[in-house]
Amino acid sequence: MNAPARALKPKDYASDQEVRWCAGCGDYAVLKAVERVLAEIGADPAGTVFVSGIGCAARFPYYVATYGFHGIHGRAPAIATGVKLANPELDVWVIGGDGDMLSIGATHLAHTLRRNPDLTLLLFNNEVYGLTKGQLSPTAPPGSRTPTSPLGSVESPLSACRFALAAGARFVARGIDTQKDLTGILRAAHDHPGTGFVEILQNCIVYNDGAFAAITERATAAEHQIHPVHGEPLLFGAARDKGLRLAADGSGLEVIEIGADGAGLEEVIRFDRTNLALATMLASLEPPLPVAIGVLYDNPAPVSYERALRAQEEAERARIGEADLGAMLRQGPVWMVTA
Amino acid sequence: MAVVDKVEGETGEEAGLRQPLETAVVRFAGDSGDGVQLTGSLFTLSTALAHHDLATFPDFPAEIRAPAGTTYGVSAFQIHFGGREIRTIGDRPDVLVALNPAALKVNLGDLRPGTVVILDVGSFTERNLRKAGFTEDPREDGSLDPFRVVALDISGLTRRAVADTGLTSREQLRCKNFFALGLVFWMFDRELGPVIEWTRQKFGRKPALCEANIAALKAGHALGETAELPQLPAFQVPPASIAPGLYRAVTGSEALAFGLLDGARKAGLQLTFCSYPITPASPLLHVLARLRGYGVTTFQAEDEIAAVCAAIGASYAGALGVTSSSGPGISLKSEAIGLAVMTELPLVIVNTQRAGPSTGMPTKTEQSDLLQALYGRNGDAPIVVLAAASPADCFTMAREAVRIAVGHMTPVMLLSDGFLANAAEPWKIPDLDTLPAFPVRFRTDPEGFAPYARDERLVRPWVRPGTPGLQHRIGGLEKQHETGEVSYDPENHQRMTDLRWNKVLAVAEDIPEQTLEQGDPGDRVCVVGWGSTYGPISRAVTTRRRRGEKVAHLHLRHLWPLPRNLGRLLSGFEKILVPEMNKGQLVHLLRSQYLVPAMGLSKVSGRPFAVAELEQALDRLSEERP
Ligand code: SF4
Repeated sequence: MNAPARALKPKDYASDQEVRWCAGCGDYAVLKAVERVLAEIGADPAGTVFVSGIGCAARFPYYVATYGFHGIHGRAPAIATGVKLANPELDVWVIGGDGDMLSIGATHLAHTLRRNPDLTLLLFNNEVYGLTKGQLSPTAPPGSRTPTSPLGSVESPLSACRFALAAGARFVARGIDTQKDLTGILRAAHDHPGTGFVEILQNCIVYNDGAFAAITERATAAEHQIHPVHGEPLLFGAARDKGLRLAADGSGLEVIEIGADGAGLEEVIRFDRTNLALATMLASLEPPLPVAIGVLYDNPAPVSYERALRAQEEAERARIGEADLGAMLRQGPVWMVTA
Repeated sequence: MAVVDKVEGETGEEAGLRQPLETAVVRFAGDSGDGVQLTGSLFTLSTALAHHDLATFPDFPAEIRAPAGTTYGVSAFQIHFGGREIRTIGDRPDVLVALNPAALKVNLGDLRPGTVVILDVGSFTERNLRKAGFTEDPREDGSLDPFRVVALDISGLTRRAVADTGLTSREQLRCKNFFALGLVFWMFDRELGPVIEWTRQKFGRKPALCEANIAALKAGHALGETAELPQLPAFQVPPASIAPGLYRAVTGSEALAFGLLDGARKAGLQLTFCSYPITPASPLLHVLARLRGYGVTTFQAEDEIAAVCAAIGASYAGALGVTSSSGPGISLKSEAIGLAVMTELPLVIVNTQRAGPSTGMPTKTEQSDLLQALYGRNGDAPIVVLAAASPADCFTMAREAVRIAVGHMTPVMLLSDGFLANAAEPWKIPDLDTLPAFPVRFRTDPEGFAPYARDERLVRPWVRPGTPGLQHRIGGLEKQHETGEVSYDPENHQRMTDLRWNKVLAVAEDIPEQTLEQGDPGDRVCVVGWGSTYGPISRAVTTRRRRGEKVAHLHLRHLWPLPRNLGRLLSGFEKILVPEMNKGQLVHLLRSQYLVPAMGLSKVSGRPFAVAELEQALDRLSEERP
């Protein structure tokens, strides 16, 4: 890849296309965060590819001044896998929504995560179908009233982060569209040498406004969010006076107030980003418990999928030496017919 | 039991009385554990070394591990060989080797009076007869009377022959296919040497089994030579005149894999082959997965859709994306093929067709996905459609598919079928260096670049992501005709729809004009075929022409766009007969394209046409003569 001649600024990564999301859509903030990350890492626009499926979020590639591929509904992870198979050097980002990646394309998400190609995969979760006008999403909470569930949903929602962990993802994070540190989370996902999966809680102002208000409301956010830091105790609250410990019955995490009831800091679990069981418990936290935001799991595999395949191919090439296709055809049972 | 003996005089080569045969069809059949496929491939090798032309077809049981002795556990292998060009696997066997009652049961219907039927009567126990569904012993109820039955206790003779090899009794029995092979070798006057050598290579690591197999082979051969079984004929088949060169046997799946590999190399591209297991297409993935040192990355996707999408992603990134499946999987890929049409990327889709709608008959052959290939997508989404005519032709057509896909930035569907995929024929190994190359030139110049600008053949530029200054975005939404930007403009959509259509039609300028396989434009009847019907049509037409009938054979390998002179060529014939293993798909296309009075001949039994069936159809046509 040719390095860009001068350091690019976030706005240099914006394409000349007019952004068509609704005014006030959370997607704008994510686009800005991604542009900031691209500038931070000094991404070569020519060596970067954004791949998407179908949905509001999937328009993303049109707005970035890199290579872009707007695919079909649900299939972006498969298309991106093909891009990496063909050229492991490309820096590939995959963008999709909850309908795209957890409904019609859930299979591809699961299998891409377990194979672990080196991709940065952003799932914009707004708990609703935006582009098709407000239908029920697989992540919508029970009771959701939508044009397709006018009496209220009786389905159980899918948790994106738990889904990713169960599929074998080696990097799982959760962010919020307007969160200041979204850039840091995206950066960590990008730096992970495998599939970096980020669920972004994204507000759809038109069809599901305020879906995450209970978590994101500025005044109470400190009480309703927990931001795990590797090696540090799992503390939260404006005064950082609350922590998480393992419930005595082993069923999950529970909140303790430091100092109250004689509970001390030593009871609070220290976060280890390579602990899968802890990541799963953190990913499962729902209000009224604090919702975990940040990197929940980061445990790189020794080698990414496409690199492992390339290594096998190189070993094969070394094994057969100079043999070319023509020589291969002459191996095995062959016979000569003479005139 | 009564035996119809067509052979006059004695048997035995000492008397020099081998019965001359121009061609012969031999079918080996037995339980799936009897080693029938191995027997078949060894007989094939020996046949090739005897300088006969040949064609083979394995018939695997549909069930994976069917209970021993049942009819649905029968495995068979048919070979047609002889002293002239062999174009089919043969309508009916001249020799059937049935290693158990079930093998006799399933093949009885295919025999004609006089067929030599070699039975291992050692396996004809009451229990096995019952398992095969015989209520009475067929040797005693007269049902074998029309045939020339050679009843031998092959099981017992094999055990005796290998008694000293230290094998268990069960292992001894597993050598009986070699005994049968030795016997058939004697019938056709074959050398044992090469097969013994091959067996030593193959079984070298199991010396006891290896020596036992060789002992059984020799014993079978010796029995033919010495036992003077009156009903056992000895044949003399002349060598064929075969072009000199180095040969190997290839199945359609193998030839297709080699063709894709060579095509990608001649385009200067890495091959990225993305597929999902499905009968009968999987062997292509198996073959390529073993050849990853030769410039192919293989990807077993999580489903058919992921397979085609990964192939599209690979092509977008500058490799040659290829996906492969059979009908049901092609249905799943349809939406993504439309995406490749819209993004105008090269993509090769191989459809190894199988029988029936839905799951149908996965192991049986048919060619009923032609209309799906031509039209089976939403919107007006034209692609190029090709079809291979024989196992070896799969090599040529795979290269052709790659050439057109990269040369015209278009998806190309290559149709094969279950018959072609598994059938084998000798293939003169080409000198790959002398085959034409068609190197891809990626666009690298940013000057005046527009992703959907076109050359005079309407082909857009191919840009590898990573190329500085050419960043652009493409996708499935309608494109502005030059910039490639999203456009909902009504006139632009009309223009783009026309452009996509004409771009594929323009491929007709880049393919050969249609010729006749046999016959002349002035003949009365033209038999038009496509795909694997090539062999039987070719043979039927040859037979007719020898009798002086004015019958021509035209075989289509390019099904869309059709060759530019096809309409003219067809209009010269009084009658056009289109035999197809479907309900009349090509005939539909020809009638609608050229308004010619083509007539269909449909066969959808899961089996290829027999030459006799085609000749009967030609008879009916002659009777219609005014
Ligand atoms: S519908 Fe919702 S998600 Fe889609 S652009 Fe509008 S606000 Fe954003």
